[in-house]
Amino acid sequence: MSAAAILLPRIASTRRRWLRRYGLATLGGAIVLAWVLAALLAPWVLPHDPTFVNVANRLKPPSATHWFGTDALGRDVLARVVYGARVSLSVGMVVVLIGALFGTLLGAIAAYARGWAEEALMRATDLVFCFPPIILAMAIAAALGIGTVNTVIAMLVVWWPKFARLARSLVITQRSLEYVEAAQSVGYGPAHILLRQIMPNAVGPLIVLVTLDLGQAILVFAGLSFLGLGVVPPTPEWGAMVAEGRELVQQWWVATFPGLAILTVVMGFNFVGDGIRDWLDPHARTR
Amino acid sequence: MIRYVISRLVTAVVMVLLATLVVFLIANTVPGDPAMAALGDMQASDPVQVREFRAKWGLDLPLWEQYWMFLQRLAQGDLGISIASRRPVLDDIIDYAPATLELATIAFLLSLVIGLPLGIIAAVRRDSWIDHSARFISLVGVSAPTFWLAFIVLAIFYGWLDWAPGPGRLDPIAFPPERITGLLLIDTALIGDWETFHDALAHLVLPSIVLAASTLGLITRTTRAAMLDALNQDYVRVARAKGLLARVVVTGHALPNAMLPVVTLGGLAYANLLTGAVMTETVFSWPGLGRYTFRSAVAVDFPAIMAITAIVAAIFVLVNFLVDMSYAMLDPRVVKK
Amino acid sequence: MPAPAEAPAPASRPEPQRNDLLLRVRDLRTWFLTDSGAVRAVDGVSFDLYAGETLGIVGESGSGKSVCAKSIMRLLDEPARIVGGSIEFRGRDLATLDDEALRRVRGREIAMIFQDPMTSLNPVLRIARQLVEAMTAHGRFTRPAARTRAIDLLRRMGVGRAEAAVDSYPHQFSGGMRQRVMLAMGFSNEPALLIADEPTTALDVTIQAQILELLRELNRDFGTAVILISHDLGVIANVCQRILVMYAGEVVEEGPPEELLSNPRHPYTWALLHAAPRIDTEATDRRLTTIDGQPPDPRAWPDGCRFRARCAFAVEKCAEHPALLPIDATRAARCWVTQAGGALHPPGRTHAQAAAPAAVQSTAPLLEVTGVTKHFSLPKEGIFAPTRMLRAVDGVSLSVRRGETVGLVGESGCGKSTLARLVTRLHEPTGGRIMFDGTDITHASQAEIRPLRRRMQMIFQDPYASLNPRMSVGEILSGPLLLHRIVPGEAAARARVAELLDLVGLPAVATSRFPHEFSGGQRQRISIARALAVGPDLVVADEPISALDVNIQAQIINLMVDLQERLGLTYLFIAHDLAVVRHICDRIVVLYLGKVMESGRASDLFTRPLHPYTQTLIAAAPVPDPRVERARRHVPMKGEPPNAVNPPSGCRFRTRCPIAQPRCAAEAPALQPGADGQLVACHFPGVL
Repeated sequence: MSAAAILLPRIASTRRRWLRRYGLATLGGAIVLAWVLAALLAPWVLPHDPTFVNVANRLKPPSATHWFGTDALGRDVLARVVYGARVSLSVGMVVVLIGALFGTLLGAIAAYARGWAEEALMRATDLVFCFPPIILAMAIAAALGIGTVNTVIAMLVVWWPKFARLARSLVITQRSLEYVEAAQSVGYGPAHILLRQIMPNAVGPLIVLVTLDLGQAILVFAGLSFLGLGVVPPTPEWGAMVAEGRELVQQWWVATFPGLAILTVVMGFNFVGDGIRDWLDPHARTR
Repeated sequence: MIRYVISRLVTAVVMVLLATLVVFLIANTVPGDPAMAALGDMQASDPVQVREFRAKWGLDLPLWEQYWMFLQRLAQGDLGISIASRRPVLDDIIDYAPATLELATIAFLLSLVIGLPLGIIAAVRRDSWIDHSARFISLVGVSAPTFWLAFIVLAIFYGWLDWAPGPGRLDPIAFPPERITGLLLIDTALIGDWETFHDALAHLVLPSIVLAASTLGLITRTTRAAMLDALNQDYVRVARAKGLLARVVVTGHALPNAMLPVVTLGGLAYANLLTGAVMTETVFSWPGLGRYTFRSAVAVDFPAIMAITAIVAAIFVLVNFLVDMSYAMLDPRVVKK
Repeated sequence: MPAPAEAPAPASRPEPQRNDLLLRVRDLRTWFLTDSGAVRAVDGVSFDLYAGETLGIVGESGSGKSVCAKSIMRLLDEPARIVGGSIEFRGRDLATLDDEALRRVRGREIAMIFQDPMTSLNPVLRIARQLVEAMTAHGRFTRPAARTRAIDLLRRMGVGRAEAAVDSYPHQFSGGMRQRVMLAMGFSNEPALLIADEPTTALDVTIQAQILELLRELNRDFGTAVILISHDLGVIANVCQRILVMYAGEVVEEGPPEELLSNPRHPYTWALLHAAPRIDTEATDRRLTTIDGQPPDPRAWPDGCRFRARCAFAVEKCAEHPALLPIDATRAARCWVTQAGGALHPPGRTHAQAAAPAAVQSTAPLLEVTGVTKHFSLPKEGIFAPTRMLRAVDGVSLSVRRGETVGLVGESGCGKSTLARLVTRLHEPTGGRIMFDGTDITHASQAEIRPLRRRMQMIFQDPYASLNPRMSVGEILSGPLLLHRIVPGEAAARARVAELLDLVGLPAVATSRFPHEFSGGQRQRISIARALAVGPDLVVADEPISALDVNIQAQIINLMVDLQERLGLTYLFIAHDLAVVRHICDRIVVLYLGKVMESGRASDLFTRPLHPYTQTLIAAAPVPDPRVERARRHVPMKGEPPNAVNPPSGCRFRTRCPIAQPRCAAEAPALQPGADGQLVACHFPGVL
């Protein structure tokens, strides 16, 4: 058989490839950004006040004046949904960022120090893992009373261990690499090695988890509010709004739009988190 | 191997005890006086009645004594008397548990039956339309709030289309079967009451779909990631070099390795379903543990709260233990001879 | 720019009178179609293979040899693609064969074994299952028959207690055993061709010798043709009847080993030969002949001869891409110079003849290690299990004088890496004493040792893991300077960094780059620069060249020798490659399972080794010259390295020693002086 001719297959244009891989992440980022902007600019762009009660106007379907209709007290649903973003986004950020900071520090130090510190950390995280967030939040809410701050505290208690676990496993991977031994033989102290040498290499997956968890925290908080444990009325909050509209099957807009808000925000964070994870993954680069 | 099992068992028991201690401490060192909550205003203003109440429930003893009493009773299977319902908590739990067990198990099986194959195919046909749809479906499942999904599903399929029955385990007019296990599907099947069986099954459809949604997303994603990882390994290349059929390479070589992380996550997911179904139960008026927990929390019913938290912790520890055991059976490297 | 297609075998080359052609590869091109361009890994390779023949393909990383092998069975995934050429095997073109037909060829007519035995076997499936399915997948055996045959095959491959082994899991075997299992899998269907892709690279040298011997036997007994791929000329030379040398995606030379290695006709082969230190000759000059630079970028092969930029013999005509032209009946080369009759002269002295190794200055040792032990306690199996101890280092004594190079050799598990970390106090010894320049550092705290760290530094094995990927080269190098306050400030640090880079032969622009932008050899240079930054007296080098290609190894060796002369350094050089150690070390210490077996001057140890272990190590190292190899003594080493947690009683080497006696099990031999400064731990030194 003779030698076959050389095939010169076409390579898809770079931009199309980039779109395929990061298109979803960009969409997610746009969604999150839109919500953040909406939450920040709410007082200036909304035509209606979220707490303005007008019983005569109650339970009106979506119209030109009220894009999302009105709820049982005649309040504008759109305004309440946008204001709800303020609560949800801030709670999400507080819980996740503080939990991440605390958990990462604890996990990293325990993993580098080894010995009983590491064992103690593992047992402590195991212990917290025994309690699902809902149950513990309910127990704490029962003890401390309802309200945003108490719920945030309850959530913080259950939120830090997963970061501690992740930080620990990342540090364990890094600490056996030779650049750490090299740094030790140069004479750097343990604090410098952990914070300035190891952590920059561990930061990637932690950022992915933070991003994904922002969505999760919003979900959990909305759930707790749905049950009546989170915010105190009349603060607009998505979960509480769904609870208000739960029985109103005919007036579907009262419960549907807040839920859609949650869905879109959480999806946005999930898209972004997935995108960051793909970007960090060396396997993905070969294609 | 035996040594491994025993040491895990010991660890598990210790964890449960620690968990109960934690709950006990939470319950007793934070504000919120069960006496005041239970007695109501008029009685609570009478110090004699308050004192009697405290003595009756043992609330005036030192902390560690109360804990010791709690442990003793626990060992005898006595979980205390619920302040709200005045019945033994154990009886309450036995009443409510089967509903949750039934729902959670059906939901879990549903998510496995759909999620596992979807994840596998998505990994094998990476970047195909199946892969993209699988990723999208799991993403939506993981992102949608359960309580809202429950509402939407109920509104559409019950309120509007009238395809599915309403909330509750059975129709209001139906006769519940004699209680053998408390699991309706099993009880009705055992006595051959097929009409009620169908009724129970129909009522299970919507809530289990809702409950399964997020778990489905989780299982699909985990399976896909684990399969992709396994397919990239050297031993898969060796299997292809041996001339094995593609099907055998995927199911015989990649899949057993991919199952390890899936089993771990699946166990955790099942435990979460059992203990965290409160949203779904609330919307569907499902008389299960979740609703019971919620009501106890609102009523500050300490015996009930502590008992339930202990049960929840025990469930998690048990599931973790079972996961460890199955991991040891699946992965021969775990227990070195 | 693609090279022109290969012409079919030219009529001028007389065809050998054989009619059992098994494989004919013509102009094979396998490209990786990545986002950043087409990587032309295999760019026009042609060769023939006859039934029962052994063919070796040698080349460095990036030469395309592994991709070529995998292309034959089409085991490459996207983005790799066979874009041209044909692979004729028994009348079919494998390059265009449909999937199902290809599946029937794989494992049945052509089998392949891979480099890493640790990951080649599925960890959750039993060995029996993995062996049996290879046979039943092609319908040649029933399950029970296959199982019986599997046990027989394992026995044939030298796996002890085959009936029990077959039901075990891969993690219960050592690397050498797993490779034997892979060979059993490969031969189970009696294929016509076995492709072995670097099968011994991940194994110790004594195990490697066993596996290579096994390959020779199997080729002889089964009549299976073998394509053996390696970067090690010694390995190839002693197994194969013909050699292909690959460079930059092409075959640059072809021929039988006796002629090719004694009289290379391509400058690259010539350079490979002279870059590798020889275990059988005394080195007159510690420096090796190297070729400068790196292999070219596979995304854009240069025009003309691809080796031209690095060739010591290049002429004008080399601007034109040479074809692979025959030299005689059995040889071909892709070189204008030799084609025109030019000869490749033996390497000249690139440096002035070095005097005898730098005279040792003082008699007081710089480093003195006495009876040092290091025990690790292993994680317990369960709460009630007893604690197990790993005696990584179990009573080692050695001393290093100023200006010396002491070599520490042994196979995996001997404790040499642990010893390196004990000496530099990255670990604390369990017992014994370590004195550095008169100071006892055995149990000193890290704070006490810190000032001493300026005087002893370490270089590590893995060039990819030993540099922090997030720090620029400038940061990596200036860090130690600022930490120990060697320079007054940032500006002075920058100046010193530039000096260091120059010292190790890297350009100044490297300062702002990150490690992933450099090759393996360049990264080791950066590591060396980092070690030198603080101006140490002692440098402990833990296998600094093991992960590098032969030519780069030579460059780094030359660099280290240069630096030693210029800066008066003392080296503790840890390696498993005896040839390298013979080449550059003054004295050598041989370790086995945590104990010293023998130590002495390098010249003495190699000409007159006294310990059986040293003799087997030397005998096992392959020499790239079949004639010399045939004349050498072969000292076979039996069995596998024993379990380090439960070492054998008495002499630790006795389970594998060819001359073990009952006394060796009862009594552990102490380190005694042998002849003339040599120390041996053996009851019967020099008997073998």
